[in-house]
Amino acid sequence: MSTLEIRGLKVSVDTENGPVEILKGVDLTIKSGETHAIMGPNGSGKSTLAYSIAGHPKYQITGGTVTLDGVDLLDMTVDERARAGLFLAMQYPVEVPGVSVSNFLRTAATALRGEAPKLRTWVGEVKSAMSALSMDPSFAERNVNEGFSGGEKKRHEIMQLELLKPKIAILDETDSGLDVDALRIVSEGVVRAKADNDLGVLLITHYTRILRYIKPDFVHVFADGRIVEEGGPELAEKLEANGYAEYVSK
Amino acid sequence: MSTLTTNYLTPTGREEAWRFTPLKRLGGLHNGTFKLATRNTLALTGSAPAGVTFERIGRELVSAESATDDVIVGRIHEAASEITVLKIAANTELAEPISLHRLAGGLMDAELSRVQLRIGANAKATVIIENSGDHLLAEDIEIICEPGSNLTVVSLQEWDSKTIHAGRQHAIVDRDATFKSIIVTVGGDVVRLLPTVEFKGQGASVELLGVYFATAGQFFEHRMFVDHLVPNAKSRVNYKGALAGQDAHTVWIGDVFIRAAAEGTDTYELNRNLLLSDGARADSVPNLEIETGEIVGAGHASTTGRFDDEQLFYLMSRGIAVEDARRLVVRGFFNEIVSEIGNAEIQDRLMTRIDQELEKAGAQ
Repeated sequence: MSTLEIRGLKVSVDTENGPVEILKGVDLTIKSGETHAIMGPNGSGKSTLAYSIAGHPKYQITGGTVTLDGVDLLDMTVDERARAGLFLAMQYPVEVPGVSVSNFLRTAATALRGEAPKLRTWVGEVKSAMSALSMDPSFAERNVNEGFSGGEKKRHEIMQLELLKPKIAILDETDSGLDVDALRIVSEGVVRAKADNDLGVLLITHYTRILRYIKPDFVHVFADGRIVEEGGPELAEKLEANGYAEYVSK
Repeated sequence: MSTLTTNYLTPTGREEAWRFTPLKRLGGLHNGTFKLATRNTLALTGSAPAGVTFERIGRELVSAESATDDVIVGRIHEAASEITVLKIAANTELAEPISLHRLAGGLMDAELSRVQLRIGANAKATVIIENSGDHLLAEDIEIICEPGSNLTVVSLQEWDSKTIHAGRQHAIVDRDATFKSIIVTVGGDVVRLLPTVEFKGQGASVELLGVYFATAGQFFEHRMFVDHLVPNAKSRVNYKGALAGQDAHTVWIGDVFIRAAAEGTDTYELNRNLLLSDGARADSVPNLEIETGEIVGAGHASTTGRFDDEQLFYLMSRGIAVEDARRLVVRGFFNEIVSEIGNAEIQDRLMTRIDQELEKAGAQ
């Protein structure tokens, strides 16, 4: 049983006109097995929340705490946070030229497990993770995210989620740029990871359509750098009907 | 003092061709103030396969295939009493590469080494030249590709830290021949190489690839000249370098000349540099001179940048420690070219060397 606890999180970014506060005090608790959807209009700070928790150097934490099972994440380097059990599926996964997917996955698995996975079982693990997401085996020999279509990038992210078995996963707009079939395949991967590893999920999205596949236990509405309303799945249906207008105008 | 009688003007450092080179560190190769060694250290690894000969021939028996305006190459042509000739007979197809290496040399006196690689018509082969140890070496390798031949030359500068190496690798590429050069420079104090190409026949195709990694105090210069003298030839240049440490200095010059007669030319050159620390300097100068507009394409690109923070963040967000993430990125950066060597053992050895260079840089 793991708990990610975010308390009073404030985050700024540097701009030409000096630092600008993006997150203005966020409180959120995510436990193993739970799915929290964060929904909000563009520019509300949803992605900033995701990247700040993962430790992207662009974001300055100006207040608050983030702990995983009581241990301070904000004090850790990016890789230490991942080894503590955090995973971020990115909206725009980064190309790493010349590094094959298979080499990348094995290096990541070695880092996370503390020892190199046994070659024999590892090859099988990767193969089944790929086939579960309807990915061609030749995928493993391609360079990380290089020349991948939008859908391939997202499948690759979720394949990592399944292989690397984190405790808590943040999915940053994993649904963006996916057609209906890819959305279903990717969502099924998340549901599998939840079932297999009792994963806690923080699902960041602009649209409700992914919530048909990944059922949220809690829905949080995000606007202007903070959570402005919370509820159960019914809140998502209300947003579907009414949009974000009432939160933005506040 | 050497006994050379050459009238070549001694470079002062103000000449375009010499403006980046630290002349004082050339061991006198540029001004003749070296002691001439009598050794010839280039040797064939193993025995010559059928269709291949490797021999040393008196200079009077071999005519110079190419002219030069490089003072060091001029000195070699004047001084070297014998020429090492590797010949691959016409129509020979070699499945395994031919390997050459250099025997122990030294820094006390200078070896002036003249080499010819000649591949006969419609033959196909790969030649690997492995350089290691400490040498004071001036070297001219003429590569003669006869019509329809297909030759790959891999030149590995895995020198120890004191080597001074100035050389030219000049390819004369005839009709419908394919020539690929892969030059790797990861060791030495000063290395200055001139990969040059002279198209002799139409329909020929040349690829010049290279990687270099300079750490503190090392100077590596790669100065290409691709001369499109004839119509319908194709050239591609792709050099990638990394630099780390105080006064690590690399120079890449890409001169491509499309002469008036060279209609239908297709050329592109690219140089990318990865600056891994402060205090290092990468000079990158692509230069395209075009005398005819009737061409297929001509272009160049040059970039010099630092580690991509987004790449490092992505890798680290998967639990990979920063040193390992850097190693992956640097290996990936070089992999595009190293993988072209086509020999797993050498590729692994080079990647290990690149890891070591990176570690050395990290320790500074």
